[in-house]
Amino acid sequence: MVEKGTFRVKSGLAEMLKGGVIMDVTTAQQARIAEDAGAVAVMALERVPADIRAQGGVARMADPSKVREIQKAVSIPVMAKVRIGHFVEAQVLQALEVDYIDESEVLTPADPDFHINKWEFTVPFVCGARDLGEACRRIAEGAAMIRTKGEPGTGNVIEAVRHMRRVNKELRAVLDAPEEELMTIGKELGAPHSILLAVRAAGRLPVVNFAAGGIASPADAAMMMQLGCDGIFVGSGIFKSGDPARRARAIVEATTHYEDADLIARVSQELGEAMPGIEISTIPEHEKMQTRGR
Amino acid sequence: MRVGVLALQGAVREHVLALDALGVETRIVKTEASLDGLDGLVLPGGESTAMTLLAEGGLLDALRCLSHAGFPMFGTCAGMILLADQVEGRAGPIVGGIDISVARNASGRQVHSFETQLDVREIGSEVPAVFIRAPYITRVGPKVDVLARCDDVAVMARQGKILVASFHPELTGDARVHRYFVNMMDGHSGKGA
Repeated sequence: MVEKGTFRVKSGLAEMLKGGVIMDVTTAQQARIAEDAGAVAVMALERVPADIRAQGGVARMADPSKVREIQKAVSIPVMAKVRIGHFVEAQVLQALEVDYIDESEVLTPADPDFHINKWEFTVPFVCGARDLGEACRRIAEGAAMIRTKGEPGTGNVIEAVRHMRRVNKELRAVLDAPEEELMTIGKELGAPHSILLAVRAAGRLPVVNFAAGGIASPADAAMMMQLGCDGIFVGSGIFKSGDPARRARAIVEATTHYEDADLIARVSQELGEAMPGIEISTIPEHEKMQTRGR
Repeated sequence: MRVGVLALQGAVREHVLALDALGVETRIVKTEASLDGLDGLVLPGGESTAMTLLAEGGLLDALRCLSHAGFPMFGTCAGMILLADQVEGRAGPIVGGIDISVARNASGRQVHSFETQLDVREIGSEVPAVFIRAPYITRVGPKVDVLARCDDVAVMARQGKILVASFHPELTGDARVHRYFVNMMDGHSGKGA
């Protein structure tokens, strides 16, 4: 019997992306630059997070013609974003046969309370998380891949680090706890008990966990890998920099060889200007993207 | 016995766990230096374009030397693309070593990815197989044994000590395919050996 859209098939694609870099692109030309630099997938977008942040307004799913143009340009998987809770945007992206849907806080949320029931879809979903509870809630809703939220479009890695360390700390607590404490831990974390059981069975998150939200340099990528991430999303960090092709290739190399400081030093040389970046404390609370979603 | 797992990118951990479960020592391989002293090498699934770029230079040359010298290698999905003598739409092999042609992403985009069970010659029946944006084998040379087909398409093959599969046995927990590779390294030889 042939079965499509099983959880194993959905999470399996994320397993294949591990150790790789997924890059935000807004045109076919950028998608080709990303593929030629060694990206394992691209995220098709209307605007990169830095521009969404700067321009404001409502950010929605990309124009389908944009997604198609990017799908035609590359042979690697093409992902695209939907607004949190916008299940019809997700239906549209599934009809376009994107390879992964990112239910993303980078776009303006469409539902104040609820995320998409991702079990209803054949196409797999990735979702952002700031802590273990949020990651487990998204997995319980059917997400087959998790990423840190970080603070998108800032070129500032501090929030991604904060989120990764928090997930790791909470994972250690869950893995070390005696069985009878698990229900209360789950209640405190806001994590469904069934997913915590899966965490303990796997000895880690039961799906792949990438870093996202503020990664702008090869050293940023390697640090997130050393902190235990499975791979890297780079949003604005590449195409808002001075030499995108070169920076993209350098981040790919640093992600694979994340423990080789000599190599990271070599690839970090003469990359041109990094994206300018934003200090997090200068962002008003209501403009932070990471607090979107429940 | 020590088996390397090529770890430029992809489903490295799953192959390491599958080999661990068989009591086989493993080593992560990212550079040509770490190929020394191995008895076999697994080339995992992932994105073949990314792996090819990351292997360019010394590592790719070292892999070519090994595959053409009869060194035991097992490629799944992207790993199969690397080991094929011909990749459709590309001039020349990436690593090469098995006389087949492959078409990348032949099973289509992710919504068409699937799992099924296959009867695999020399291995057994109802072997669980996960196909993810999978490449298919479109031509098979005279020295190549086809071990499994899915809807008449060749999806697993062997030539000498090179074994390839379109699908991912490492995602299933069924150890038979890895055990076959380990036995193959030990000296059981196929048709073209």
